[in-house]
Amino acid sequence: MSEIELNLQTEQEKGLQSLAAINSLPELEVWKQSFLGKSSLVMTTFGKMGSFSKEERPLVGKAVNAVKVAFEAAFASKEEVLKRDALLQSMESEKLDVSLPGRAARRGRLHPINLSLREIYRIFGDMGFQVYSSPEVETDDMNFTYLNIPPYHPSRDMWDTFYTEDENVLLRTHTSPGQVRSMREYYPNPVRVILPGACMRYEQLDQSHEIEFMQFELLVVDKGITFADLKGTIEDFTKRMFGPGADTRFRPSHFPFTEPSAELDMACVFCGGSGCGVCHGTGWIELGGCGMVHPRVLQYGGYDPEVYSGFAAGVGIDRTTLLRYHIDDIRYLRNNDIRFLEQF
Amino acid sequence: MKAPLSWIKDYVDLDGKTVEEIGQALTMTGLEVEEILLVGLEKPAGQRLQNKYSGLSWDREKFVVAEVLEVNQHPNADKLTLCQLNDGKEIKTVLTGAPNLYPFIGKGKLEPTIKVAYAKEGAQLYDGHQPGLVLTKLKKVTIRGVESSSMIASEKELGISEEHDGVIFLDDDAPVGMPLADYMGDAVFDVKILPNMARDASIIGIARELAAAYGLELKEPQGLPLKTGGAIEDYVGLEIRDPELNTRFMLGMVKNVCAKPSPYWVRRRLVLAGMRPIDALVDATNYTMLETGQPLHAFDYDVLRKRANGKPTIITRRAEEGEKLTTLDDHQLTLSSETELVTDTAGPLSLAGVMGGQESGISAESTQVLLEAAAWNFINIRKTGSRYRINSEASYRFSRDVHPALTEQALGLCLCRMREWAGGEVVEGVIDQYPLRREDPVNTLTEADIERSLGLRIDLKEAKAILERLGFSCQLEGEILSAKTPANRTDIETGIIGKANLIEEVSRIYGFERIPTRRLTGELPPQLGVKQVEFEEQVRDIMVSLGMQDTLAYRQTSIEREAKLLPECKADETLRYVKIANPISPERTVMRRSTLATMLELLERNGRLAEGLALFEIGPVFLPVEGQLLPDEPKRLAIGLWGAKYLSAWSENQNRTVDFYDLKGVLEGLMQGLHLQNVEYRPLGDHPTFHPGKAAGIYAGETLLGVMGEIHPLIRQNYDFPEGAILAAEIYLDQLMPLVEKGFQVRSISTFPTMVEDIALIVDENVPASQVEALIRKAGGKLLVGVRLFDLFRSEKLGQGKKSLAYQLTYQAFDRTLSVADAAAIRKKIVKLLGFELGAVLRDS
Ligand SMILES: [Zn+2]
Repeated sequence: MSEIELNLQTEQEKGLQSLAAINSLPELEVWKQSFLGKSSLVMTTFGKMGSFSKEERPLVGKAVNAVKVAFEAAFASKEEVLKRDALLQSMESEKLDVSLPGRAARRGRLHPINLSLREIYRIFGDMGFQVYSSPEVETDDMNFTYLNIPPYHPSRDMWDTFYTEDENVLLRTHTSPGQVRSMREYYPNPVRVILPGACMRYEQLDQSHEIEFMQFELLVVDKGITFADLKGTIEDFTKRMFGPGADTRFRPSHFPFTEPSAELDMACVFCGGSGCGVCHGTGWIELGGCGMVHPRVLQYGGYDPEVYSGFAAGVGIDRTTLLRYHIDDIRYLRNNDIRFLEQF
Repeated sequence: MKAPLSWIKDYVDLDGKTVEEIGQALTMTGLEVEEILLVGLEKPAGQRLQNKYSGLSWDREKFVVAEVLEVNQHPNADKLTLCQLNDGKEIKTVLTGAPNLYPFIGKGKLEPTIKVAYAKEGAQLYDGHQPGLVLTKLKKVTIRGVESSSMIASEKELGISEEHDGVIFLDDDAPVGMPLADYMGDAVFDVKILPNMARDASIIGIARELAAAYGLELKEPQGLPLKTGGAIEDYVGLEIRDPELNTRFMLGMVKNVCAKPSPYWVRRRLVLAGMRPIDALVDATNYTMLETGQPLHAFDYDVLRKRANGKPTIITRRAEEGEKLTTLDDHQLTLSSETELVTDTAGPLSLAGVMGGQESGISAESTQVLLEAAAWNFINIRKTGSRYRINSEASYRFSRDVHPALTEQALGLCLCRMREWAGGEVVEGVIDQYPLRREDPVNTLTEADIERSLGLRIDLKEAKAILERLGFSCQLEGEILSAKTPANRTDIETGIIGKANLIEEVSRIYGFERIPTRRLTGELPPQLGVKQVEFEEQVRDIMVSLGMQDTLAYRQTSIEREAKLLPECKADETLRYVKIANPISPERTVMRRSTLATMLELLERNGRLAEGLALFEIGPVFLPVEGQLLPDEPKRLAIGLWGAKYLSAWSENQNRTVDFYDLKGVLEGLMQGLHLQNVEYRPLGDHPTFHPGKAAGIYAGETLLGVMGEIHPLIRQNYDFPEGAILAAEIYLDQLMPLVEKGFQVRSISTFPTMVEDIALIVDENVPASQVEALIRKAGGKLLVGVRLFDLFRSEKLGQGKKSLAYQLTYQAFDRTLSVADAAAIRKKIVKLLGFELGAVLRDS
């Protein structure tokens, strides 16, 4: 082995050894200058190739090339390691306090009444009910007479009514006028509708009474509709709306437009039925009224009560909303206090 | 209706049933018990009570019946007495200040003794000296040198009534030493009487329902047997002029009575049922009315005799227009000819079925009583009550239709009581005219009828038993049950409705809980849908996606509140409103015509509660239409913006407040969401509500879709707004809806690269930006796929009345990569067209 070959071998050992000790990119650059730079042994050897004899030249060439390749490979892998280390190090200093609050995006929200309404639409939509809407300012006939509440009948006392200056026109006290309106539109087909909307009653405003409130009415008219269908439909609704513990109770009552009539009670969702302030210790909460459509109302709607039968139910959406979100004062719903609305 | 348990028990044997059970049984037969007032009886034990309770229980050890043996003056106090009292175990001295004991001072040993309610040391009762119901416990005290630890109780102290003027004198047969709760402890059921249950506005009615629910016998009380005609005809005559209004009229008479106080048990029952005891005569009529549901009226016979100057004749008739009557409660009425009266030959005596007259009514001096039991047309009674604004126990019942048959029962019972409680003798016979006999309907029912309504087969034998318990007379022939309505109820009709009435009666007693549940089956109706509701929901969703808060406003407002949208709050007299005839307050007298007004009120109310507000509401307005009974109720979308655009954050403050263009951005977002093209915003000009330079009308073609802008500085002054611009819009959803298509077409996306360049054009100040953009798009043709304004610049260098609009233009083709030459050609066309149309010039730098 010639002297130059020995020198190259020594150079390679020296170079790789010093490379192993390098810990930073600037040091690496210095190393590159010394072992692969213009004045490095490898490069100067390439430069004076002509000075070697014909026999030596291939041997020296092969040897210098091997050293260069080894240096380059070692350099590349060292550089990669150092760069990755540097990146990791720089990220260390970019660390955030992830517990700081985010920058708020403005979120729009539905009013809680409309949230409930959506849920009601969804549940009854699944059962094949269609929405039907009717006027909020109604005729006396639609609101009362066609619902089997003729003028001066004592059952008119059941509603505290706002009248208008036209004695035949009033602010509807319930969504029930939609019963006759929808029947007349669907006749002679079967009817399966949900009638949502605002109703108005002359009440002194307090924690549980509103002069304006939302209600929905269910109406099903067909051949062979029975009280059992009413019970089944209502039970499915309350369990989906309020959870599987929402047992229902049908208590005899009277509404002029249903016969038989029932008051619909639900097991108190606040105490699970064991009695609390909300349910006055009774374990039950009044949800609405229901019953089999009165034959006279069917007649006003155009259906022959000897052939058709139907059920109707009216449930307060305000009340449903109060129960869903455990709200203790109905007045929150129409005060539109932003601090209330933003909780939804 | 307040029904004391002790009274109900006169007619149905409820022994062994707890107050809680009875309350529940009433509720579950349809007589909802709103509250149970305990008057002495113990509150039922148990955690889950289904009734609501109030009132006082009397400890059986500490409250007993006692007798006062002797009453003496307190040595050191004028107004106090010392009573010698026997409580059944020992003789005690009890201190009391009751004025009704004064007359017995110094009378020595009393014979008979006075029976009283005695409360011992430690008894819990209401404080008689404090207003309202304040519980207190009896403790040993010394009053002016005399020790006292117990008391003789008043009604107030026992929770019977508000009465505290004296102590209770019990009836003479009260057993000394008996726990008071056993002697007269009671529970009062406050029952809600629904309009179809008029028959249950009586103790017997309630007892009948309980008897039916429990399958027990109803023991109806027996009054005097009545015989038409007889001696009474020598005393009085009767004439019914209008049988439609007065279907039946009966008269009975008692002579030589004395209007002394009724027995204590009667007074106590009246008080518990909510009526004030007066004297034996008045109490007898009230007691019988509460018992049977039939109101009665007592005349002072001597007054009638005097008026007629001989034998009086009672005439029932309509009033003559303008006739006058002074009622018992001292109101002078001028009568309308629709009003039915009881009169005599000298004129009106009483407002039939509603209220007696002052002159002819009985008084403490009356000794001869003529007793009326009549049946009246319920609609006429109702009209009379509301015309003269009189609500009486009688009109409450008559306006719910009292069955004419009840007159007999009530008259017999009342005569009996007058004789018993007020002494005197009953004149032989009664007068009874019943010109319009009520036919009680007979209905038939089959098992199939019941099943068709309830989805459940009930054995007709069981149905029959239920109906019989309710007083129906039934016959079962084969598969048909026929049921005759009892002569105490007026709510059962005939035909298909009568069947429904019977099914209700059977099912409520049978129990709704025994009816099965079933899911709906059968054919679904045609799918009509409601486009309007669906559209409303779509708009609501888009608004929420734009970060807006949904709200819900009242429909009722006042003209004054809406006039705040106008200068100096001066209402527009040409606007017609739906006016409420009986408004609940001066702030809510009409139905709103504007959602803008309610929105501004919302902004006002919330202005100081948040940094910024972004609210919307969707709801109807009410617009009367000439020649139309009902108003139009078109839906409106109201939007309100105020304050900080961005919520403040810890890192940097973007504290810009909202302006016109933020509102416009919301509206553009809405229109985009609805995929509505070609919406234009035109200056609104001199709209009274908006800032003249910062408002726009929103148009699709020539259709006005709504108005938007900043609220006029002068209108601002009508509200209490916080600092900063108030922005609002009102969109006419009824106009918008028909323009919105159910679907929309999606564009394909080119795979070739885009080329982007900027262009700045100088135009006259008054040229709207929308026009510039429209012309750029027109000149750019289909290769120009994007135009975005990114700068608006004004300076003196541009010249007076000039502005520079800088746009970023995006070019793209579907079939090739565009070259620089393509772009230059388009740009050239744009500059040329805008130069030609608007005199626009390119801005160099
Ligand atoms: Zn509860």
